[in-house]
Amino acid sequence: MNVLLDNLDLYGRAFLGTIELFLIAAVGSLVLGAVVAGMRVSPVPILRAFGTIYVNLIRNTPLTLILFFFAFAYPRLEIVDLSFFTRACIGLILYTAAFVCEVIRSGINTVPVGQAEASRALGFGFGQTLTTIVMPQAVRAVVPPLTNVQIALLKNTTIASGFSVFQAGGIYQELSENGYNVLVGLLWIALGFLILVVPLTLLQRNLDRRWSVAK
Amino acid sequence: MSETTPMVRMAGVDKHFGELHVLRDINLEVPQGQVVVVLGPSGSGKSTLCRTINRLEPIDSGVIEIDGKTLPAEGKELARLRADVGMVFQSFNLFAHKTILENVTLAPLKVRRTGKAEAEKNGIALLERVGIANQRDKYPAQLSGGQQQRAAIARALAMKPKVMLFDEPTSALDPEMVNEVLDVMTGLAKEGMTMLVVTHEMGFARRAANRVVFMADGEIVEDATPDTFFTAPKSDRAKDFLGKILTH
Ligand SMILES: Nc1ncnc2c1ncn2[C@@H]1O[C@H](COP(=O)(O)OP(=O)(O)OP(=O)(O)O)[C@@H](O)[C@H]1O
Ligand SMILES: [Mg+2]
Repeated sequence: MNVLLDNLDLYGRAFLGTIELFLIAAVGSLVLGAVVAGMRVSPVPILRAFGTIYVNLIRNTPLTLILFFFAFAYPRLEIVDLSFFTRACIGLILYTAAFVCEVIRSGINTVPVGQAEASRALGFGFGQTLTTIVMPQAVRAVVPPLTNVQIALLKNTTIASGFSVFQAGGIYQELSENGYNVLVGLLWIALGFLILVVPLTLLQRNLDRRWSVAK
Repeated sequence: MSETTPMVRMAGVDKHFGELHVLRDINLEVPQGQVVVVLGPSGSGKSTLCRTINRLEPIDSGVIEIDGKTLPAEGKELARLRADVGMVFQSFNLFAHKTILENVTLAPLKVRRTGKAEAEKNGIALLERVGIANQRDKYPAQLSGGQQQRAAIARALAMKPKVMLFDEPTSALDPEMVNEVLDVMTGLAKEGMTMLVVTHEMGFARRAANRVVFMADGEIVEDATPDTFFTAPKSDRAKDFLGKILTH
């Protein structure tokens, strides 16, 4: 208990950092993932090719490599000076978006093709068809796997701890430097993550139930 | 548009699916106000013909015009033209996540930019006309097939189309529901709607069609009045087809 109470401030700051990083990366990856998914089903060959290359490139690259790139290689490129936090966000967003994209794309494929045809026949353009007809129906198939992607993202914020100590995974280092029992400290971190993951799982179940009734 | 401009004009239209030559030199004109029924054996290209008219299927060569305007390539222009061409599918294709009334008002609201009050008033009037106004707040899956198809017809009519395309609108229905849909279509025909109808319903063809177009192997083999076609078909393929259907 001491480990937690003595370092409440450290834990608090770290968890706030985790939540902040997670929220930004979650929203960012959802937006980017949806855009790339739109590219992958678009009638424009160049966009489709770009989407395919992006997804395959990112999915076959370990997250650590992407984060290390933004941690160490990016600053040397001297393009735009970004904070560690921003770079962590970008790395996580780019990585997670590829998985979001694939989940959304397979969700789109669960919507019968007749839905899009009826929409086009009425005079809706590609974008309108996607946003008003296909996506709202794909969402129902997409929520459970998408929540899993976001839970994975939450855990992946620990990998980003190489960037900043104000983030739950970074507690470990600070605690060991100050001579606390690292094992107990880690248990508290695990518990903390559990507390973050449980609401997500509940939300997933709730949405699932609501939509299966509406169908 | 002058009197002589046909509502739909297809000239020298060819289309392949890979090796398969599905449409062979199709020449077809549907004048304003005419009802054309397309008949033919399975696989003869009837659906494909219907779907090329609003470019759900692109063609390899030839010309397709709607009310004198050539079908443009994919894009805003094409969307605008499609808004004027109503389409009714065999499998209804109502938007599963929208209520019946929303299905009917969605395109007027988002494509035509009609005001909400007006779109709903028109939508309810159309649902009344096809006899399902009391189902307006239900979702498509909660309706019978016949009710869904009537809703789909109302959805297409809500755009005030210049021409309506029907691709086997009653083929997915239980027999007892076929007539409720055909009655709506017959009413439309009487009111002077320009229609192209792919169907196996010979009664409807006799009753409502001005012309029958008979297709086989991607070609238009006969193009005649219903009376002529049913009593004195010229080609062997049409005779064979009618023999099979009428002895059923
Ligand atoms: N998307 C497609 N890709 C490849 N071949 C297709 C496609 N759509 C249709 N075909 C083929 O083209 C031919 C004509 O099909 P079409 O659906 O136009 O026939 P149809 O006259 O409507 O038949 P049915 O009475 O069975 O509906 C068929 O041989 C069919 O298998
Ligand atoms: Mg067909």
